Amino acid sequence: MNRQQTNRFAVAVITSVAILVVVPIVLVILFVLYNGIGVINWEFISTAPRNGMREGGIWPALLGTIFLTFGTAIISFPLAIGAAIYLSEYAADNRMTRMVRLAIVNLAGIPSIVYGLFGLGAFVLFMQFGTSILAGSLTLGILTLPVVISTAEEAISSVPQQFRTVSLSLGATRWQTIRHQVLPHALPGILTGVILGLGRAAGETAPILFTVAAFYLPDLPQSIFDQTMALPYHLYVISTQVPGMPLDIQYGTALVLLLIVLSLTLVATFVRTSMRRRREW
Amino acid sequence: MQAKISIQNLNYTYEDGIEALRDISLEIPANEIFVLFGPARSGKSTLLRLLNRLSDLDEGTARQGTILFNGQDVFDRTVNVSVLRRRISMVFAVPTPLPGSIYDNLTYGLKMAGIRERSELDRRVEQSLKQSALWDEVKDRLGASAFALSGGQKQRLCIARSLALEPDVVVLDNPTSGLDPISTATVEESLFDLKERYTIIMVPHSVQQAARVADQAAFLLDGELVEVGEAGKMFVQPKDQRTEDYITGRFG
Repeated sequence: MNRQQTNRFAVAVITSVAILVVVPIVLVILFVLYNGIGVINWEFISTAPRNGMREGGIWPALLGTIFLTFGTAIISFPLAIGAAIYLSEYAADNRMTRMVRLAIVNLAGIPSIVYGLFGLGAFVLFMQFGTSILAGSLTLGILTLPVVISTAEEAISSVPQQFRTVSLSLGATRWQTIRHQVLPHALPGILTGVILGLGRAAGETAPILFTVAAFYLPDLPQSIFDQTMALPYHLYVISTQVPGMPLDIQYGTALVLLLIVLSLTLVATFVRTSMRRRREW
Repeated sequence: MQAKISIQNLNYTYEDGIEALRDISLEIPANEIFVLFGPARSGKSTLLRLLNRLSDLDEGTARQGTILFNGQDVFDRTVNVSVLRRRISMVFAVPTPLPGSIYDNLTYGLKMAGIRERSELDRRVEQSLKQSALWDEVKDRLGASAFALSGGQKQRLCIARSLALEPDVVVLDNPTSGLDPISTATVEESLFDLKERYTIIMVPHSVQQAARVADQAAFLLDGELVEVGEAGKMFVQPKDQRTEDYITGRFG
């Protein structure tokens, strides 16, 4: 082969590998869509399961997942913003800071079932929140921290240094500089991180297993101290624990869950690109 | 008469051990243009950043000696750096608008200082833009983005932004570095008008610019003060051989 042919060959190989990455996601979506779209209708979305979950809809589980996602956001957003501001604006490069960073990286590597056990021990039992939306949200909130903190920190450090210097040189205090120059420009990036984190949290089963999720609960939760059904756990239950479960309901449930997670990711991408376009520097 | 700024036996060392300033003593009189010149890495910018303690941002540095501003030690614990930076205001070499409109840029420092009255903000905006010779060009589009201005306009905006604070001293670190000759001339002219109200300390773009604008001049070399005095004399008849070599272009 001469150089031109080698070049063409290399491009072909690299392109096909890149395409290969797209194949599984497309296949998964198409497969679930094909098998599940048939049961999706307003009744499926808006009613509770009936007849030992073999009929009816997914409304309590869907609503539970929405509650849990909000709860996770409320917990992880302020924590992540605080940690990210501290790490990128205040922390000196010392042992303590390196330890915090190492902790965040390792937090990302902990298996989600371990989060679930931790949530059971810390929130359900020790803090006596019981199996509740509160305990589940706290557990999921901690689970999302690594991804949210690292995206937020990246967003904060991508704000040009000169804006900080200029702001300080005009007599602004350090906090005023963060509040008026850094955060407004980092916010889209921080939001992207939060939404990506939520996408992960919404689909997790193990962390909610012992902390909030109910096997079957026809009534909707009344407060944050109540248990709730949740989509990922509901899917697990109807796929493994209910004999004679119609397949299309399983796939329909999977489809709804998939759509929630995908739409969160899409929203994150949209927020990031639209804000980037508005940026002036 | 008491000097506006008095630098006393100032030594400054960076984290990597480089001695940026060695035993600098200088008196900067009020209402004149004081020019600090010298080759690259001679310590000019370091000295400027110390005046309003922007040097606080650099970690691991060591300082001996001090700087008096109106007789007050700027490094004293009781000094409020925000107030100090409003009294000694800085313009950087690269024009650095903040994101936002022209009006936002000019009022940023004032708002951070707690000034909210619209009439006062408007007055300062107009006054500072007139002082920096930018008013006629932007008066009809104060709400436009500061990034839409040309390079020369941006730099005059940054000068105006410093002036809006009604400081005592204006510090300019090579304010015409990226500007074309016409913009440079406009900026230089506005400096002459400004010295009636302000004390101006400036690192010039070139020896020629130093000679054009300076009342007083100081020549720095490798962190040492070689010569200081009346600019009229120094640029015609320098006392030190090194100063002469530099201004006649034998090195630098």
